[in-house]
Amino acid sequence: MNSPAIYGGRKPADPDPVVTFDGVRVGFDEGDVLRGVSFRVLPRETLVFLGETGTGKTLTLKLAAGLLHPSMGRVRVLDHEVSVMAERELLEFRRQIGFVFQEGALFDSMTVADNVAYRLREDRVDEDEIDRRVREILAFVELDHVLYQLPSELSGGMRRRVSIARALVNRPQIVLYDSPTAGLDPITAQTIITLILRLRDTYGVTALLATHRLQDGFALANFRFDPKAKRVVREAPAAMQPGAGGSEPVTRFLVYREGRIYFEGSPEEIATTRDAYLKRFLV
Amino acid sequence: MVLVLTDAFKSFLAHIQDYSLMAARSVANLATGPRYFQDVLDQMDDIGVGSLPIVLMSGFFIGAVMVLQTGSQFVRFGQTALTGDIVSLALVRELGPTLTGILVAGRSASGIASELGSMLVTEQVDAMRAMGTDPSRKLVTPRVVAGILMLPLLTALNDFVGLLGGCVASVFSLRLGAVEFWTRAINALDFPDLMQGMMKPLVYGFILATVGCYQGLNVRGGTQGVGRATTQAVVVSNVMIIAADVFLTKIALYLGDKLF
Repeated sequence: MNSPAIYGGRKPADPDPVVTFDGVRVGFDEGDVLRGVSFRVLPRETLVFLGETGTGKTLTLKLAAGLLHPSMGRVRVLDHEVSVMAERELLEFRRQIGFVFQEGALFDSMTVADNVAYRLREDRVDEDEIDRRVREILAFVELDHVLYQLPSELSGGMRRRVSIARALVNRPQIVLYDSPTAGLDPITAQTIITLILRLRDTYGVTALLATHRLQDGFALANFRFDPKAKRVVREAPAAMQPGAGGSEPVTRFLVYREGRIYFEGSPEEIATTRDAYLKRFLV
Repeated sequence: MVLVLTDAFKSFLAHIQDYSLMAARSVANLATGPRYFQDVLDQMDDIGVGSLPIVLMSGFFIGAVMVLQTGSQFVRFGQTALTGDIVSLALVRELGPTLTGILVAGRSASGIASELGSMLVTEQVDAMRAMGTDPSRKLVTPRVVAGILMLPLLTALNDFVGLLGGCVASVFSLRLGAVEFWTRAINALDFPDLMQGMMKPLVYGFILATVGCYQGLNVRGGTQGVGRATTQAVVVSNVMIIAADVFLTKIALYLGDKLF
């Protein structure tokens, strides 16, 4: 039995959203996975998708990247009508976004450096510039010592970090993270989340993050990376809430259930919820 | 029962449609950029150089076996000298291209299907699309171009080594002179024979590369699906090569009659 959806409010003076889903439905032979999903993501915001396996989290990210088309509804990303664009236009559009796949999806026949440099080579960037940027971004994810290793020679956590580096090398405005901590031990998972925090607070990217770990979302909501002190600090939650305004990053949660949005709101709202279904994620 | 058959027929038609679209796009991609020359060279190395050992070894033994089989018949009529003519014609017109096609399909179509299938199930193909690269241009077209360019070269080498094998067998088994065998083998060939022998591998190269790519990029069901796709790639490309052989032979014979 569905409980009524709980929606977080938004002020009318909000800036234009960078991602808009409007009545999106997606169906396969087995039936509809998403049944009319609508939400918006503002610049510098982090939207955390929570839900059980198969509820459509990954599907949502793929829709935002134009890797799938909805059977109904509109998907608008960075002023592009992604849901109606042809593949050729989408290829150009996707250069503005970064996608971190669940298992990394690194090209296993290429070295780490070649994986990270892939998009730059596609853009015919000068080789010296490629080398400089690859080293810079790999240093950012603290993997500048594995430049010439193959992905198969790296640990699971290292592969995710290379995948994040690859997604970021082109300095995208939006990064889509598909379960970046899935299958990792807690310490490695925390390293990945810290990296995502650093990215958000250093480069100011907008992020959509699918996860089944509520603690990932809380970490993003309650901590920030201080670029001057070069360390993660606990943030006063008031500045991080939806509608807080200013340039501070905001983290919101969106919970799917049976193809619909069951909850959309702030970390505090979900932390203090009395809803039985949502409480399952808090355990 | 009727429903099952209808669904199976619809599914078959859908495969034909998807395969045709993918194959047509792989060629149309050549007209516009971006083009991936390095990938074409890598694939030429893999399909061409990589297939050399099996093509050369098989070619040598096929040529030798042809001589043994035909020679044993010609001995009865005292016409062993004709062995060179027969082996040369059979190799250049038919056995060389078709055997090369089947051998390379067994090696490369399966390799292409398993490589692309593995990339698909590990989301590498999606990652490529997410980074703004068209998998059809990056993965399919280079393999198709490499297949079309490499098959005729491999066939030519297969023909040569086959004649060499035939020559060795005729010298040691039929006691024919090497020069006599070689002279008769070369003189037996006319331009239409060479045209037929070089036209077929162009089509076979296209078939094995497109079938391998299609099977690989349509994998369903994880690693098990990759295994199935690999087997399917070999089976389908072999059947298509043999079926195409019938039509290509007919066309080549017609053109040979009309033009030369």
